[in-house]
Amino acid sequence: MATMESIALATQALDGDKMIVNMGPTHPATHGTLRIVLELEGEFITRATPEIGYLHRGVEKLGENLSYNQFVTLTDRLNYCSSIMNNVGYTGAVEKLLDLEIPERAKIIRVLVSELARLADHVVCIGINAVDIGAFTAFLYLFKQRETVYDLFEMAAGQRLHTSFTRVGGLFRDLPDDFFPLAERFLEECPLAIDELEGLLTRNPIWHDRTKGIGALSPEEAISWGYTGPCLRACGVPQDLRKSQPYLGYDQYDFDIPVGTTGDVFDRYLVRVEEMRQSLRIIRQALDKLRELGPGPIIVDDYKVALPPKEKVYSRMESLIHHFKLIMHGIEMPVGEVYSSTEAANGELGFYIVSDGGKSPYRIRVRPPCLPIFSSFDQKVRGLLIADAVAELGAMNIIAGELDR
Amino acid sequence: MIERIEEQFPGAITDRHAFRGDVTIVVARESFLEVVDLIFKDGYQLLVDITAVDWPERQIGDRLVRFDVVYHWLNMTSQERLRIKVRVGAGESVPSLVDPALPPRFKTANWFEREVFDLFGIPFENHPNMVRLLTWQDFPGHALRKDFPLDGGDPFCMADSTAPYAQFIPTTNP
Repeated sequence: MATMESIALATQALDGDKMIVNMGPTHPATHGTLRIVLELEGEFITRATPEIGYLHRGVEKLGENLSYNQFVTLTDRLNYCSSIMNNVGYTGAVEKLLDLEIPERAKIIRVLVSELARLADHVVCIGINAVDIGAFTAFLYLFKQRETVYDLFEMAAGQRLHTSFTRVGGLFRDLPDDFFPLAERFLEECPLAIDELEGLLTRNPIWHDRTKGIGALSPEEAISWGYTGPCLRACGVPQDLRKSQPYLGYDQYDFDIPVGTTGDVFDRYLVRVEEMRQSLRIIRQALDKLRELGPGPIIVDDYKVALPPKEKVYSRMESLIHHFKLIMHGIEMPVGEVYSSTEAANGELGFYIVSDGGKSPYRIRVRPPCLPIFSSFDQKVRGLLIADAVAELGAMNIIAGELDR
Repeated sequence: MIERIEEQFPGAITDRHAFRGDVTIVVARESFLEVVDLIFKDGYQLLVDITAVDWPERQIGDRLVRFDVVYHWLNMTSQERLRIKVRVGAGESVPSLVDPALPPRFKTANWFEREVFDLFGIPFENHPNMVRLLTWQDFPGHALRKDFPLDGGDPFCMADSTAPYAQFIPTTNP
């Protein structure tokens, strides 16, 4: 068995003129536990072999043994930079399986928090990418805004990172009143911070030198590699599920899809910055819609799917039975299989659920957006320098929790 | 699309159904590559996902057919999705989409097929690098098979491991 060979690479192996260098699993530029074995000729990379799986926790196997609502907490741990979007994507898939329409207010709140999460995710991606390349300041300016987003999440869900905000059929609670003033303030401050970021980077000649032409990809190649999300749009393909296959009423919002031309690190940066501005537009519209709609239910009024309110459980026999049945036996699921996908910050996040009618799914599959993107890493960095590989890795926005599941 | 496949390759589709708007066709293993070629030319160019489902007891005809290998395709022009399933028994293999002899249309299949091989133990014919993706190379068993225990069987999944430190790790629960 070839087990020790890969470990032996860790020290240093010389193969002709090639030097083998390990990047990761605890390299500061890998942001998570990735390992890349680089073969170098002088300063140039001749081959990069990514080794993944350091964060493989068997999420899909666990899902086969948990009830549908219990799995929501595991989706937090996929892309932990924008966990609320995973919650939204997963419950959307279960609702498709149940053929369930959720209340209007829940839809708008889901859109609102998803766009906040997209913003936070892009902030992390751009900020960290800039830090890796050597521009530390942009990171600090943006992280103030990210902090506000997490404050908003804390108000909404009680947690900053592992939100578990959604439930099958809606949300587990409504937004509190003090959410709205802070959201309004955020809408005023965030565009200024994005302007500052652009002022620091967009016309910065050093930033141009480091990012332009690195990791360029043709649209055909990108589709062949299974790219989705900002990385695909940077290659010039205007594919965004929010527009092309609208879910949660995204067709009622007014926003644009930014596209790049070459797909290099610089284009991906520009696409992400513009997407942040577009997300702010959507957040503005969602807040207005919420105000217009006024208070209302945030979860379906079907006690075979969603738990009845606690007061009813304590005072009415029927609700108590519903509560008991739901907790002990789970939701009554139809037999069938669905694939449902949402546009997460990294690309298409899909959930494929096979149900045999039992309490837990027979098979649950998470289609992570960054696995196909990362698989092209070897092809993209060949012939580049290690410093370019770091820039490329950051712009791919690899989140190990989602990559390894 | 499905009519066109049936017209061109009669008998290739052995089963089909639609549920909640998701169209699924089951394709015979022998005609899989031909069908993929046809749907690619028809615009299904983005291979979204490859995965598998394990049905340990399932019998079709008089044969145990344990696995469904499930492919999801997206047509980026019409935004239609198509799910293709290939049914294989234990020990049988599936044609790989990254066979060096084929045109390089679905490079993304490389890692997805390795993942299916890793977690289900379904080999892909002519895959250039058919090694495990997520677990380590001498991991005992295939984690997503239904007969693989949830806790991994032994605490560190180190049975039969050739790693030098494996002998110090107990292989059964005390």
